[in-house]
Amino acid sequence: MVDTKLEFLRGTLDVLILKALVWGPLHGYAITSLIRGHSDHALLLEEGTLYPALWRLQSKGLLAADWGLSENNRKAKFYRLTSEGRRQLHHEIKTWEAYATAVAKVLSAKEPSLSEVAK
Amino acid sequence: MIPTPMWRRYARFFGADPVADVDDELRFHLETKTEELIAQGWQPGEARKEAERQFGDLRMIRNVGKAFGQKDQKRKRFNDYWTDAQQDLRYTFRILLRDRGFAAISVLILALAIGANISVFSVVNSLLLRPLPFPESNRLVWIAPPPSECGLSCATYSADAYDEFRAGNRTFQDVTGYFAFSTADNLRLRGHGDPVPVTGLDVIGNFFQVLGVQPAMGRLFTADEGRKGSQPAVLLSNAFWKRQFAADPNIIGKPISLSGQAGELVTVVGVLPASFDFGAVFAPGTRIDVFTPLYLDQARDWGNIVTLIGRLKPHVTAAQALDDANRIAPDIYFNVKYPETKGRYKGDLIPVSLKDHVTGALRRSLIILWSAVGLILLIAGVNLSNLLLARSAARAKEFAIRSALGASRSRVVRQLLMESFVLSSAGAVLGIALAAILLRWLSHQGSLALPLLSSLRIDGHAAGWSVLIVTFTALLFGFLPGLRMSRVNHQEALKDSGQRAGLGRTHERLRSTLVVSEIALACVLLISAGLLLRSFLKVLDVDLGFRPDSAASIKFDYEDSAPTFEAAAAKRGAIFQQALTQISALPGVEAAGIADYLPLGPNRQWDEPAPQGKTFARGTLPSPLVYVVSPGFFRAMGIQFEGRDFTWADNLQSQRVVLINHSAARVYWPGESAVGKILMRGKEADHVIGVVNDVREEDVEAGTGSQIYYPATQQDPAGAQLVIRTSLPPASLATGILHILRALNPRQPAAEFRPLRTIVDRAVSPRRFFMMLVGAFASLGVLLAALGIYGIISYSVTQKTQEIGVRMALGATTGRVRRDVILSTLRLAAIGIVTGTVVSITSARLIASLLFGTSPWDMTTYLVMMLAILAVALMSGYLPARRASRVDPLAALRIQ
Repeated sequence: MVDTKLEFLRGTLDVLILKALVWGPLHGYAITSLIRGHSDHALLLEEGTLYPALWRLQSKGLLAADWGLSENNRKAKFYRLTSEGRRQLHHEIKTWEAYATAVAKVLSAKEPSLSEVAK
Repeated sequence: MIPTPMWRRYARFFGADPVADVDDELRFHLETKTEELIAQGWQPGEARKEAERQFGDLRMIRNVGKAFGQKDQKRKRFNDYWTDAQQDLRYTFRILLRDRGFAAISVLILALAIGANISVFSVVNSLLLRPLPFPESNRLVWIAPPPSECGLSCATYSADAYDEFRAGNRTFQDVTGYFAFSTADNLRLRGHGDPVPVTGLDVIGNFFQVLGVQPAMGRLFTADEGRKGSQPAVLLSNAFWKRQFAADPNIIGKPISLSGQAGELVTVVGVLPASFDFGAVFAPGTRIDVFTPLYLDQARDWGNIVTLIGRLKPHVTAAQALDDANRIAPDIYFNVKYPETKGRYKGDLIPVSLKDHVTGALRRSLIILWSAVGLILLIAGVNLSNLLLARSAARAKEFAIRSALGASRSRVVRQLLMESFVLSSAGAVLGIALAAILLRWLSHQGSLALPLLSSLRIDGHAAGWSVLIVTFTALLFGFLPGLRMSRVNHQEALKDSGQRAGLGRTHERLRSTLVVSEIALACVLLISAGLLLRSFLKVLDVDLGFRPDSAASIKFDYEDSAPTFEAAAAKRGAIFQQALTQISALPGVEAAGIADYLPLGPNRQWDEPAPQGKTFARGTLPSPLVYVVSPGFFRAMGIQFEGRDFTWADNLQSQRVVLINHSAARVYWPGESAVGKILMRGKEADHVIGVVNDVREEDVEAGTGSQIYYPATQQDPAGAQLVIRTSLPPASLATGILHILRALNPRQPAAEFRPLRTIVDRAVSPRRFFMMLVGAFASLGVLLAALGIYGIISYSVTQKTQEIGVRMALGATTGRVRRDVILSTLRLAAIGIVTGTVVSITSARLIASLLFGTSPWDMTTYLVMMLAILAVALMSGYLPARRASRVDPLAALRIQ
């Protein structure tokens, strides 16, 4: 477990939500739990901020929602990925990986090569 | 968090509530979290607080949720509506495809009605509503004396009057005009091969500037070019430039050989824009190829020759312009400068808006035409209403099932409206296509003497009008059946097995009322058309004073340049005599003659001859129209005369002679024979050698005034039209005659024979045009009414099949059954005809001014038209009647 709680980068939440729904429909509370669990409680998520993101993704057509019954037998709103959402997720993951690789390369550099800088 | 009240939850039965959804969703989250915390060992109250803390700004998030929800809701509602509409539309298409016959007939009826409406609207729009095609055209005025019966000379002014009016007025920005006596093909274009006949017009130098016409190429005339002795210049019409010079872009500055008689080179200074069509505005049905400057100084002694067209200063009213014109009128020499004629020759100068001058006379005809197509639209609408009503009766069961399945009343009405909307739209599309074809044809009718025809087109206004019409028809014929259907008792309809479907008598009464109104409308149309047709026949029957059949004319281009008037007259006499002698000798030619002007065309007058030895009060003597003719002209034209014709011996050395018409003779020598009397023109004495029939001079429908004929051997003719009378087709003589004319003058252009009949046809073409259109509309109206009658009678026969079967089984004869059906047709027709006739009698005054020699209450026309529509009604009722009488009683009973 890392000590520092990490703030979300812009757009990160969206891709995490999409990813959380890959295995099937979930209600909002389950999504927060899932993100928290998978990040080993590293990602700081003010639970309420999840909802505006969900609604935004829904109105973009990336998610769809149905009312259903939760594990504790209550009426809850379940979100699921639309095919559009699934496409978007793949796209975002690729972008993330490219971005992370690039950032990692820079951070792991040993010494600046002068000839490189002069270029 | 405040719990949701029960009624809110209840309300959610009626559809999504975005606010409640958000609350529910957030509440679920908080409650689950709280429970989880309690399970971890928190105190319930603390757990709740902790859950809310971890959640964040609840109120803000709730508001965001509401906003998203409402947006979503709106989109969903729109989607639902759109899906419904698409469903309705798909269903409509399926239904209409199934009832292909019905759809085809409806669309056809609508296409005809809408097409007619759009065409007429476009004509009205081009002629009445749209301004003339000049900048600020509302400031352009036509200045003319009050209408009189002395022809073009009375509607025009002398060059002096033009100058004086232009200098003396205070309300006009500028004044212009053109030479009013130009004739068709008055010039020749020479270059390669045969000279090409060209129609040219002399305009005052500032003509185009005053109208606001800019050249497409080159420039307009300069002030200098209006003076004799300046470099001759010419402006080409756009069409002529394209036709004759293949739209040569380098034409400006080129000299061309364009002349009346002597060869002369003129420089092309400009080409006018395609949008400028002189004929369309000022002389309907004519075509002007080139414009040349009018030399005003040279024209000073020619008498009344120019029109006056002015452009008012901004903000000047019509009344101010009239006052101004009246103020200067007494100071103007209306004719040539004889002091005693100053301010006397004519009455006032009346400025009227140029637009009124061009189309004012047509306004009433067009409004009548517009009303006629409006009636057609009504009839078509009523007819379709009826068709839909009959059809909806057959569909009662379908609607019953739909409403049993939960379709609301408004949904049923909406479905029917959708159907009628689809039908009218299809009708409109087809109608616009029909209108476009009709308008294209109309705008290319060069022989039709109607102004502004070339500008006919379907523009934005017409498109707007058609949208209006479609909406109107869709509502008119969709709403009534829709309303009726939605009221039908659906239980009854479901129980009933047959087609009657619980609709019964009220339904039939409604349909009958519709048919009666249809017949009444058709009757009004037919009677108006009948009155116009009768007027047209009367016009054709008018005694023209000459016999146009078996006669034709051709323009004769002769060479008469000579040093003196006497020498020219002698030379001209010799050429005419030689030409006419040789032409008369051709086989098939019965008579031949020459005149400078022909009847029903341009004309002029000179002065006021007075009978010798008699005194007349000033202003009571007529100013006769003047024709200069050769011997043989009267016989060639078929104009009857008493006394003797001119001979070649009537020349400058012999006594001066004239022929006058009966109207003139009655004024000069009432109750006496005019032959042998003497007419004085100033000091010259003209011996009257004969009296000829009155000839219609300007218009077939207008009366005739005094006419006087001078011999071409003693007076100077303005041109020469050769007229021949022949039993053969004139075209077969063309080669021989052209050969003779060419031998006398090699410059004679190739020209075509114009049958005199075409002159008459052209003169009556506006009336023919209106009569044909109104006639076509009336026929359409009657056809639609007949369809309506047929529809309702055969429908009621189908409905009563069982009843008829029972009656026949009980011994009713086929004759009796048939008679009953025909009687019910007659009843409808009679009510419709009586109503229509009463309406016609009260409204006939409206078309009175369009009639000629026919009373608006002409009994014969009314009777004939009433009988005609009765006959049509009987015919359309007969088919169903025959079908009814063939009902097989057994089969009919078995249906039950």
